[in-house]
Amino acid sequence: MTELIKYTAAETAGAIARGEVSAVEVAQAHLDRIDAVDKKVNAFLHVDREGALAAARAVDAKRASGAELGPLAGVPLALKDVFTTEGMPTTCGSKILEGWVPPYDATLTRRLKDADVVILGKTNMDEFAMGSSTENSAYGPTGNPWDLTRIPGGSGGGSAAALAAFEAPLAIGTDTGGSIRQPGAVTGTVGVKPTYGSVSRYGLVAFSSSLDQGGPCARTVLDTALLHEAIAGHDPLDSTSIDAPVPDVVAAARTRDVRGMRIGVVKEFAGEGYQAGVMQRFEESVELLRELGAEVVEVSCPSFTLAMPAYYLIAPSEASSNLARFDAMRYGLRVGDDGTRSAEQVTALTREAGFGAEVKRRIILGTYALSSGYYDAYYGSAQKVRTLISRDFDAAFAGVDVLVSPTTPTTAFPIGERADDPMAMYLADLCTIPSNLAGNAAMSLPCGLAPEDNLPVGLQIIAPAMADDRLYRVGGAVEAALNDKWGHALLEEAPAL
Amino acid sequence: MPGITREEVAHLARLSRLELQAEELDHFAEQLDVIIGAVARVSEVAEQDVPPTSHPLPLTNVMRADEVRPSLTPEQALSGAPASEDQRFRVPQILGED
Repeated sequence: MTELIKYTAAETAGAIARGEVSAVEVAQAHLDRIDAVDKKVNAFLHVDREGALAAARAVDAKRASGAELGPLAGVPLALKDVFTTEGMPTTCGSKILEGWVPPYDATLTRRLKDADVVILGKTNMDEFAMGSSTENSAYGPTGNPWDLTRIPGGSGGGSAAALAAFEAPLAIGTDTGGSIRQPGAVTGTVGVKPTYGSVSRYGLVAFSSSLDQGGPCARTVLDTALLHEAIAGHDPLDSTSIDAPVPDVVAAARTRDVRGMRIGVVKEFAGEGYQAGVMQRFEESVELLRELGAEVVEVSCPSFTLAMPAYYLIAPSEASSNLARFDAMRYGLRVGDDGTRSAEQVTALTREAGFGAEVKRRIILGTYALSSGYYDAYYGSAQKVRTLISRDFDAAFAGVDVLVSPTTPTTAFPIGERADDPMAMYLADLCTIPSNLAGNAAMSLPCGLAPEDNLPVGLQIIAPAMADDRLYRVGGAVEAALNDKWGHALLEEAPAL
Repeated sequence: MPGITREEVAHLARLSRLELQAEELDHFAEQLDVIIGAVARVSEVAEQDVPPTSHPLPLTNVMRADEVRPSLTPEQALSGAPASEDQRFRVPQILGED
């Protein structure tokens, strides 16, 4: 039974479809695993035991009736607590939404249910997805299964940790500046930020609307592709949803062939602040791609050095507007309503009590950047940088099929090390932010352990918008070659919990 | 680039409807000064003749048919309200004493 938690999503769905195991057994094995390890890991904010088992029973009944099962039917999944789930709490890691039960499902939630995926529960995250360590959760930090004293990345640290701790074979994240890819990198798991607009944001609690993108997380490239296929596609309920076919990411993941592909190494993603062991594993991956038949060239994207400053103006600006909805009037926390205070006073007291430090910092920073007198110098300039970054990508993709870089400059850092040093924390997203600003697609996948600390290193692959399939083609080839070289998947080397 | 003062942070907090405590003001003023110092580098491009990008997709005016469709019931819409009355959100006074 214990090995059921080691199955990939593809293996699990196959075993259920062939009747070798029931969906209920699979769900129960994962719920047992959560009971056994999640006190230590704290990946989940809410576990829906009854809902998961009921969904699993429905899959078993469907199979018994002779109906055909979808490619992920009966596979358990950990859902980041930023997507609304009808009848299941949704907190976004914030006290201001403690106890809130949404009356509707996000489109992504609905698609998972339609695919007969079994939702185990909701995962921990930095409050409103603002952070790179999951330490900004109002419900305590999540531990990295490789070393519980270290961060699992963020904001989607709960989803990545759930995968690495074998609590679920699939998870959902959201990526505004790297919140899928950076947790993937530091936990030795796979995560994809799809092209902006290709996964619906309806029911995704907004942080920075022009950057936020939901996406798939898993332990293998193929599983990530299967989940990508299940959640992507046009949604009339999201006016920024792209009305175009989703590339065939599952077929691409199975190709495992990069011969003839042109791959660009971004020159700007190296140097000061990059850990030696991270660069070593990255350079070995580049060499591996060459051996596999790809043509590797160096490319320069000079505007990327301004990506981090631009991001920390644009994202807080949009957040200061988006988070105005938490006004203590329609849902969520309300404090100080003693009959004498005005609505405005109650709103201010509630937001003071309900938001954590990072959320407050970003709301103030965004309000500052949008103030008259500073708008042109800050927000206006940041928008120009965004154009320059897109131009750098366009120029690069004129000559190469994908770009590669380390996903993060360092491996997982100790919990507490950067908690009250925002600038140090922001450096974790140095390599991931440009893709959010340009809206293209990017993946992180494990490429080894850094020799100095034995912690996972992520390889980032970036593809043009709506060419998400290229991520899977390259990622699938790298994963297969590395597993071949190691004789096993990287997570086999993670310590027992 | 000028930094940010404690008074400015207090003003921004009021605009943002955040009733910050005195020690938070001190701490945030210090941190925001550092952050603003770091992000101010974007103004290097302020004089460049580059069009701004507000959004990665070149979409304008996405329209849908004006049709009646199912939506939340009043009970569902009010299900998370801190207070409600007669199928409405009940809120504290908004106009002050008069």
